[in-house]
Amino acid sequence: MSGCIMETICSRGRGLRLAKQHDIEQVAGNGLLDRRLFLLRSSGLVSAVGAATGLAATSARAEPLTVAEWTKTPGSWFTPYGMPSHFEAKVARGAIPASPYGGFGPGSVRAPLQFLDGMITPNGLHFERSHNGVPDIDPEQHKLLIHGLVRQPLTFTREALLRYPMTSRISFVECAGNSGALYGANAAEGTAQSLHGLLSCAEWTGVPLSTLLDDAGIDPAAKWLVAEGADAASMSRSIPLAKAMDDAMVALFQNGEAVRPSNGYPMRLLVPGWQGNMNVKWLHRIKLVREPVMAKDETSRYSLLLKGGKAAMFKFQMDAKSVITKPSPGIGMRGPGLYEISGLAWSGNGKIAKVEVSADGGKSWAPAALSEPVLSKALTRFRIPWRWNGGPAVLQSRAIDDTGYVQPTREQQIAARGSRAQYHCNLITSWQVAESGEVKHVYA
Amino acid sequence: MSMHKIALLTLTLSGLTAGAAIAAESPKLGQPITEKDAAAWNQSIGPDGVGLPPGRGTVKRGAEVYAAKCEICHAAKGAGTPADRLVGGQGSLDSAQPIKTVGSYWPYATTLFDYVRRAMPLNEPQSLSAEEVYAVSAYVLNLNGVVNEKFIADAKSMPQVKMPNRDNFFVVYPGNLP
Repeated sequence: MSGCIMETICSRGRGLRLAKQHDIEQVAGNGLLDRRLFLLRSSGLVSAVGAATGLAATSARAEPLTVAEWTKTPGSWFTPYGMPSHFEAKVARGAIPASPYGGFGPGSVRAPLQFLDGMITPNGLHFERSHNGVPDIDPEQHKLLIHGLVRQPLTFTREALLRYPMTSRISFVECAGNSGALYGANAAEGTAQSLHGLLSCAEWTGVPLSTLLDDAGIDPAAKWLVAEGADAASMSRSIPLAKAMDDAMVALFQNGEAVRPSNGYPMRLLVPGWQGNMNVKWLHRIKLVREPVMAKDETSRYSLLLKGGKAAMFKFQMDAKSVITKPSPGIGMRGPGLYEISGLAWSGNGKIAKVEVSADGGKSWAPAALSEPVLSKALTRFRIPWRWNGGPAVLQSRAIDDTGYVQPTREQQIAARGSRAQYHCNLITSWQVAESGEVKHVYA
Repeated sequence: MSMHKIALLTLTLSGLTAGAAIAAESPKLGQPITEKDAAAWNQSIGPDGVGLPPGRGTVKRGAEVYAAKCEICHAAKGAGTPADRLVGGQGSLDSAQPIKTVGSYWPYATTLFDYVRRAMPLNEPQSLSAEEVYAVSAYVLNLNGVVNEKFIADAKSMPQVKMPNRDNFFVVYPGNLP
């Protein structure tokens, strides 16, 4: 690849070699360009590529400038809590589903992935899944109980936890049911948000769970714990003690402010990289036990129905996955030219090592650039330049993590699991770009 | 002992001390409580039945509780909608349209008691008595043909119920699934 770049730079200004450049910068089929293209802007490469790819400025001449009204009148005064511009109203957690029970019960709303950039999900847009509404918890009255197979059962107030040494980590949370529609026989109509939006990433700050368990004194017989929320579902999950001692956290802060009510205020469990459902919100009880309790949400739900009627339970890790957010359905193309393809990749098993992108439905692949920081069990932003020639294209991305795991194709995942597994769907998504520039979800 | 070795030993010791200090560095602000005083929150029930409360419930009583508290969402005889279908679906799991119900899918009967007691009915969770939860558990198990109409649900009988689909479940952890 460096050879191509060098050749490009060396050939700058040499008209007779520009014809060849079309092939030189294209690193995979149907117009995918070298991932370093945008980084090399100052080298003169872009002008060479511009010439090579027919990207001379073709926009109509801009209108003469006038001074805007908001420049000539004073702006608004301060507000205690900032909100996004009202012009951004469409950037929201989508249509609020109707409750068949009259305003309560289980449900979810999704993060608008296609309207966001970077790796962090703003708190007001973090996806939300709850099993019987969001409780309005008074932090002064809330307690966290740690009991069961411990030397001394303890309760902790939020105030007490705020005095503990804190730790921070950027971690994604993904519902195990995210992308489940892609197991379906036909490609579901939808956007990055509606298909993959049960996914978010935040900086979480709190107390390592191991510290609190050590305070209570772990009985060597304990191998699991049961984590339970204080919500009206008393949502509970069994979690291996090994995970609790490894990197689990009682999170009190989300992107610098108190965890939002919809994400577990005043405290939630964070089990980085594992099924969203295990990151128990409104955490109020942890019981150390010998064996899992076989709670509803680890048996009848969040288990995978496989071929032959077998059911896989306690598949915890969210395996490597990626999705292109730009372009994507609703975020279409406006005429041929140079575009950035951008998206998110993540793995519950470690860091993203590589993301490859295809513009020809998986026939050829090119490596995307990964935006720093690339963190274990966090969303990772990837980017790659694409010269769209205005013809039909099928865009795909595939993530590879630092364990060597490669995100599977739809064919591979269905062959391994059947199509009724419902959860943990991490197969490669295909976005079809039509000549009109419209983008839609397809199976390719 | 050479100076090098002494230096190394000192380093190791100071490292150990620092490590130990970090591990012990907790303000220890948890307030002690007895399991007895925590009992109101201790609602976990294992598949071995540990945690099941005293009390018992018949299928007949369960039909009454169901009609009063559950039918409005789960429909008559657990037929479902708007809430989950509770009954039937046995034999459907390997078909194109699997129907996952308590009878066709759930691996443990104790889960039924646990879930109903902690979360049902949706509009009034934790309002049922232990007797009512036992009864409605017996009723739903009977609707599914898992137990007969004489079944009495209690702390002893519930963990002994063998759910028809239990043997189809397998545990992935600590491994992974392709």
